[in-house]
Amino acid sequence: MTPSNRPLSPHLQVYRPQLTSVLSITHRATGMFLAAGVPVLVYWLWAVADGAESFATSQAYFGSNLGRTLLFMWCYALFYHLLNGIRHLAWDAGLGFDIPVLYKSGWVVVAASVGLTLITWLLGYAARGAAGS
Amino acid sequence: MSLRSPLGKARGLGSAKEGVSHWWWQRVTSVALVPLSVWFVYSLASLAGAGHQTIVDWMQSPIVAALLIMFVITAFYHALLGVQVVVEDYVHTEWLKMLSLITLNFITVMMVLIAVVLVLRVAL
Repeated sequence: MTPSNRPLSPHLQVYRPQLTSVLSITHRATGMFLAAGVPVLVYWLWAVADGAESFATSQAYFGSNLGRTLLFMWCYALFYHLLNGIRHLAWDAGLGFDIPVLYKSGWVVVAASVGLTLITWLLGYAARGAAGS
Repeated sequence: MSLRSPLGKARGLGSAKEGVSHWWWQRVTSVALVPLSVWFVYSLASLAGAGHQTIVDWMQSPIVAALLIMFVITAFYHALLGVQVVVEDYVHTEWLKMLSLITLNFITVMMVLIAVVLVLRVAL
Protein backbone atom coordinates (compact mmCIF):
# COMPACT_ATOMS: atom_id res chain seq x y z
CA MET A 1 0.00 0.00 0.00
CA THR A 2 1.35 3.44 -0.92
CA PRO A 3 1.68 5.65 2.17
CA SER A 4 -0.33 8.81 1.87
CA ASN A 5 -0.60 12.02 3.85
CA ARG A 6 -4.09 12.72 2.66
CA PRO A 7 -6.70 13.04 5.42
CA LEU A 8 -8.30 9.76 6.38
CA SER A 9 -11.93 9.27 7.24
CA PRO A 10 -13.50 8.91 9.75
CA HIS A 11 -11.79 11.20 12.25
CA LEU A 12 -12.92 9.38 15.36
CA GLN A 13 -11.39 12.02 17.64
CA VAL A 14 -13.73 14.79 16.41
CA TYR A 15 -16.87 12.80 17.12
CA ARG A 16 -18.60 13.07 20.48
CA PRO A 17 -18.82 9.50 21.82
CA GLN A 18 -22.37 8.19 21.58
CA LEU A 19 -23.89 5.16 23.26
CA THR A 20 -24.08 3.38 19.90
CA SER A 21 -20.43 3.91 19.00
CA VAL A 22 -19.16 3.19 22.53
CA LEU A 23 -21.12 -0.09 22.69
CA SER A 24 -19.84 -1.02 19.25
CA ILE A 25 -16.16 -0.66 20.11
CA THR A 26 -16.80 -2.26 23.51
CA HIS A 27 -18.13 -5.32 21.69
CA ARG A 28 -14.85 -5.64 19.86
CA ALA A 29 -12.76 -4.90 22.96
CA THR A 30 -14.61 -7.48 25.08
CA GLY A 31 -14.23 -9.97 22.24
CA MET A 32 -10.47 -9.48 22.17
CA PHE A 33 -10.28 -9.70 25.96
CA LEU A 34 -12.27 -12.95 25.93
CA ALA A 35 -9.98 -14.35 23.22
CA ALA A 36 -7.05 -13.60 25.53
CA GLY A 37 -8.76 -15.89 28.04
CA VAL A 38 -8.41 -18.92 25.76
CA PRO A 39 -4.95 -19.98 27.08
CA VAL A 40 -6.17 -19.33 30.64
CA LEU A 41 -9.05 -21.76 30.19
CA VAL A 42 -6.66 -24.31 28.70
CA TYR A 43 -4.36 -23.81 31.70
CA TRP A 44 -7.27 -24.44 34.07
CA LEU A 45 -8.21 -27.66 32.21
CA TRP A 46 -4.57 -28.74 32.40
CA ALA A 47 -4.51 -28.06 36.15
CA VAL A 48 -7.63 -30.19 36.66
CA ALA A 49 -6.22 -33.01 34.51
CA ASP A 50 -2.76 -32.88 36.09
CA GLY A 51 -3.93 -33.58 39.63
CA ALA A 52 -4.75 -32.13 43.02
CA GLU A 53 -1.44 -30.33 43.45
CA SER A 54 -1.55 -28.41 40.15
CA PHE A 55 -5.21 -27.73 40.74
CA ALA A 56 -4.42 -26.19 44.14
CA THR A 57 -1.77 -23.98 42.52
CA SER A 58 -4.27 -22.81 39.90
CA GLN A 59 -6.84 -22.13 42.62
CA ALA A 60 -4.27 -19.94 44.39
CA TYR A 61 -3.71 -17.97 41.18
CA PHE A 62 -7.42 -17.58 40.42
CA GLY A 63 -8.19 -16.77 44.06
CA SER A 64 -5.57 -14.02 44.36
CA ASN A 65 -6.62 -10.39 44.08
CA LEU A 66 -5.29 -10.16 40.53
CA GLY A 67 -6.92 -13.49 39.67
CA ARG A 68 -10.31 -12.46 41.01
CA THR A 69 -10.11 -9.08 39.27
CA LEU A 70 -9.34 -10.75 35.95
CA LEU A 71 -12.07 -13.37 36.44
CA PHE A 72 -14.56 -10.60 37.27
CA MET A 73 -13.56 -8.72 34.12
CA TRP A 74 -13.83 -11.88 32.02
CA CYS A 75 -17.23 -12.57 33.52
CA TYR A 76 -18.44 -9.06 32.67
CA ALA A 77 -16.87 -9.19 29.20
CA LEU A 78 -18.62 -12.49 28.51
CA PHE A 79 -22.05 -11.26 29.55
CA TYR A 80 -21.60 -7.99 27.67
CA HIS A 81 -20.41 -9.75 24.51
CA LEU A 82 -23.19 -12.33 24.85
CA LEU A 83 -25.99 -9.79 25.26
CA ASN A 84 -24.68 -7.38 22.66
CA GLY A 85 -24.12 -10.39 20.40
CA ILE A 86 -27.83 -11.23 20.69
CA ARG A 87 -28.45 -7.57 19.75
CA HIS A 88 -26.28 -8.14 16.68
CA LEU A 89 -28.20 -11.31 15.77
CA ALA A 90 -31.44 -9.30 15.96
CA TRP A 91 -29.94 -6.74 13.58
CA ASP A 92 -28.92 -9.57 11.23
CA ALA A 93 -32.59 -10.55 11.20
CA GLY A 94 -33.41 -6.94 10.25
CA LEU A 95 -34.89 -6.06 13.65
CA GLY A 96 -34.28 -3.11 15.98
CA PHE A 97 -32.73 -0.53 13.67
CA ASP A 98 -34.97 2.41 14.69
CA ILE A 99 -32.94 4.95 16.65
CA PRO A 100 -35.12 4.84 19.81
CA VAL A 101 -35.07 1.03 19.79
CA LEU A 102 -31.31 1.07 19.17
CA TYR A 103 -30.74 3.19 22.27
CA LYS A 104 -33.19 1.22 24.38
CA SER A 105 -31.60 -2.13 23.49
CA GLY A 106 -28.19 -0.57 24.14
CA TRP A 107 -29.11 0.46 27.67
CA VAL A 108 -30.71 -2.94 28.29
CA VAL A 109 -27.39 -4.56 27.36
CA VAL A 110 -25.49 -2.25 29.74
CA ALA A 111 -27.87 -2.84 32.65
CA ALA A 112 -28.33 -6.58 32.10
CA SER A 113 -24.60 -7.26 31.69
CA VAL A 114 -23.88 -5.54 35.03
CA GLY A 115 -26.83 -7.32 36.68
CA LEU A 116 -25.93 -10.79 35.41
CA THR A 117 -22.28 -10.32 36.41
CA LEU A 118 -23.26 -9.37 39.97
CA ILE A 119 -25.75 -12.26 40.22
CA THR A 120 -23.08 -14.69 38.99
CA TRP A 121 -20.61 -13.47 41.62
CA LEU A 122 -23.20 -13.63 44.39
CA LEU A 123 -23.87 -17.22 43.29
CA GLY A 124 -20.13 -17.90 43.21
CA TYR A 125 -19.51 -16.57 46.71
CA ALA A 126 -22.57 -18.45 48.01
CA ALA A 127 -21.23 -21.69 46.47
CA ARG A 128 -17.79 -20.96 47.91
CA GLY A 129 -19.30 -20.43 51.36
CA ALA A 130 -21.26 -23.69 51.07
CA ALA A 131 -18.10 -25.52 49.96
CA GLY A 132 -16.48 -24.29 53.17
CA SER A 133 -13.31 -22.72 51.80
CA MET B 1 -24.81 -4.00 -17.24
CA SER B 2 -22.97 -6.21 -14.81
CA LEU B 3 -19.59 -7.58 -15.78
CA ARG B 4 -20.05 -10.59 -13.51
CA SER B 5 -20.59 -13.87 -15.27
CA PRO B 6 -23.90 -15.67 -14.68
CA LEU B 7 -21.96 -18.59 -13.19
CA GLY B 8 -20.10 -16.31 -10.76
CA LYS B 9 -23.37 -14.70 -9.76
CA ALA B 10 -25.01 -18.07 -9.18
CA ARG B 11 -22.11 -19.30 -7.06
CA GLY B 12 -22.18 -16.06 -5.06
CA LEU B 13 -18.61 -16.54 -3.85
CA GLY B 14 -17.18 -13.12 -4.70
CA SER B 15 -13.55 -12.25 -5.39
CA ALA B 16 -12.17 -13.96 -2.29
CA LYS B 17 -13.96 -17.21 -3.29
CA GLU B 18 -15.35 -17.72 0.21
CA GLY B 19 -18.69 -15.95 -0.18
CA VAL B 20 -20.32 -15.33 3.18
CA SER B 21 -18.66 -18.30 4.88
CA HIS B 22 -16.74 -16.24 7.47
CA TRP B 23 -19.79 -14.16 8.35
CA TRP B 24 -22.04 -17.22 8.43
CA TRP B 25 -19.83 -19.34 10.71
CA GLN B 26 -19.41 -16.42 13.09
CA ARG B 27 -23.21 -16.37 13.35
CA VAL B 28 -23.60 -20.15 13.69
CA THR B 29 -21.00 -20.30 16.48
CA SER B 30 -22.53 -17.27 18.21
CA VAL B 31 -25.97 -18.91 18.28
CA ALA B 32 -24.44 -22.09 19.73
CA LEU B 33 -22.49 -20.06 22.28
CA VAL B 34 -25.60 -18.41 23.73
CA PRO B 35 -26.63 -21.53 25.70
CA LEU B 36 -23.10 -22.98 25.93
CA SER B 37 -21.48 -19.90 27.48
CA VAL B 38 -24.35 -19.38 29.94
CA TRP B 39 -24.00 -23.02 31.00
CA PHE B 40 -20.22 -22.64 31.31
CA VAL B 41 -20.30 -19.49 33.45
CA TYR B 42 -23.12 -20.85 35.62
CA SER B 43 -21.17 -24.10 36.14
CA LEU B 44 -17.96 -22.32 37.12
CA ALA B 45 -19.82 -20.05 39.55
CA SER B 46 -21.57 -23.06 41.12
CA LEU B 47 -18.21 -24.83 41.44
CA ALA B 48 -16.44 -21.87 43.10
CA GLY B 49 -14.41 -23.09 46.04
CA ALA B 50 -14.97 -26.75 45.13
CA GLY B 51 -12.12 -29.19 45.71
CA HIS B 52 -10.23 -31.04 43.01
CA GLN B 53 -12.25 -34.25 43.37
CA THR B 54 -15.54 -32.36 42.97
CA ILE B 55 -14.32 -30.82 39.70
CA VAL B 56 -13.08 -34.20 38.45
CA ASP B 57 -16.41 -35.87 39.33
CA TRP B 58 -18.23 -33.06 37.54
CA MET B 59 -16.08 -33.41 34.42
CA GLN B 60 -16.52 -37.20 34.38
CA SER B 61 -20.20 -36.85 33.61
CA PRO B 62 -20.52 -37.62 29.88
CA ILE B 63 -22.90 -34.69 29.41
CA VAL B 64 -20.53 -32.23 31.10
CA ALA B 65 -17.54 -33.55 29.15
CA ALA B 66 -19.46 -33.31 25.88
CA LEU B 67 -20.70 -29.79 26.66
CA LEU B 68 -17.20 -28.68 27.65
CA ILE B 69 -15.75 -30.02 24.40
CA MET B 70 -18.51 -28.34 22.38
CA PHE B 71 -17.95 -25.11 24.29
CA VAL B 72 -14.20 -25.19 23.71
CA ILE B 73 -14.45 -25.91 19.97
CA THR B 74 -17.20 -23.36 19.37
CA ALA B 75 -15.76 -20.61 21.56
CA PHE B 76 -12.19 -20.94 20.31
CA TYR B 77 -13.31 -21.01 16.67
CA HIS B 78 -15.56 -18.00 17.29
CA ALA B 79 -12.60 -16.22 18.90
CA LEU B 80 -10.41 -17.02 15.88
CA LEU B 81 -12.99 -15.58 13.48
CA GLY B 82 -13.21 -12.41 15.59
CA VAL B 83 -9.48 -11.89 16.07
CA GLN B 84 -8.99 -12.52 12.35
CA VAL B 85 -11.23 -9.56 11.49
CA VAL B 86 -9.39 -7.32 13.96
CA VAL B 87 -6.03 -8.30 12.41
CA GLU B 88 -7.40 -7.65 8.92
CA ASP B 89 -8.71 -4.26 10.06
CA TYR B 90 -5.62 -2.97 11.83
CA VAL B 91 -2.57 -4.76 10.41
CA HIS B 92 -1.81 -3.17 7.07
CA THR B 93 1.64 -4.62 6.37
CA GLU B 94 0.88 -7.54 4.10
CA TRP B 95 3.52 -10.02 5.28
CA LEU B 96 2.82 -9.24 8.93
CA LYS B 97 -0.91 -9.66 8.39
CA MET B 98 -0.40 -13.05 6.69
CA LEU B 99 2.02 -14.17 9.38
CA SER B 100 -0.41 -13.12 12.14
CA LEU B 101 -3.36 -14.89 10.51
CA ILE B 102 -1.46 -18.12 9.92
CA THR B 103 -0.06 -18.06 13.47
CA LEU B 104 -3.55 -17.46 14.89
CA ASN B 105 -4.87 -20.43 12.96
CA PHE B 106 -2.09 -22.67 14.28
CA ILE B 107 -2.53 -21.44 17.87
CA THR B 108 -6.29 -21.97 17.74
CA VAL B 109 -6.00 -25.52 16.41
CA MET B 110 -3.40 -26.26 19.11
CA MET B 111 -5.58 -24.78 21.86
CA VAL B 112 -8.66 -26.72 20.74
CA LEU B 113 -6.75 -30.01 20.52
CA ILE B 114 -5.03 -29.56 23.88
CA ALA B 115 -8.30 -28.59 25.57
CA VAL B 116 -10.16 -31.59 24.10
CA VAL B 117 -7.38 -34.01 25.09
CA LEU B 118 -7.37 -32.58 28.63
CA VAL B 119 -11.14 -32.88 29.04
CA LEU B 120 -11.00 -36.46 27.73
CA ARG B 121 -8.09 -37.28 30.03
CA VAL B 122 -10.19 -36.31 33.02
CA ALA B 123 -13.44 -37.76 31.69
CA LEU B 124 -12.23 -41.15 30.47
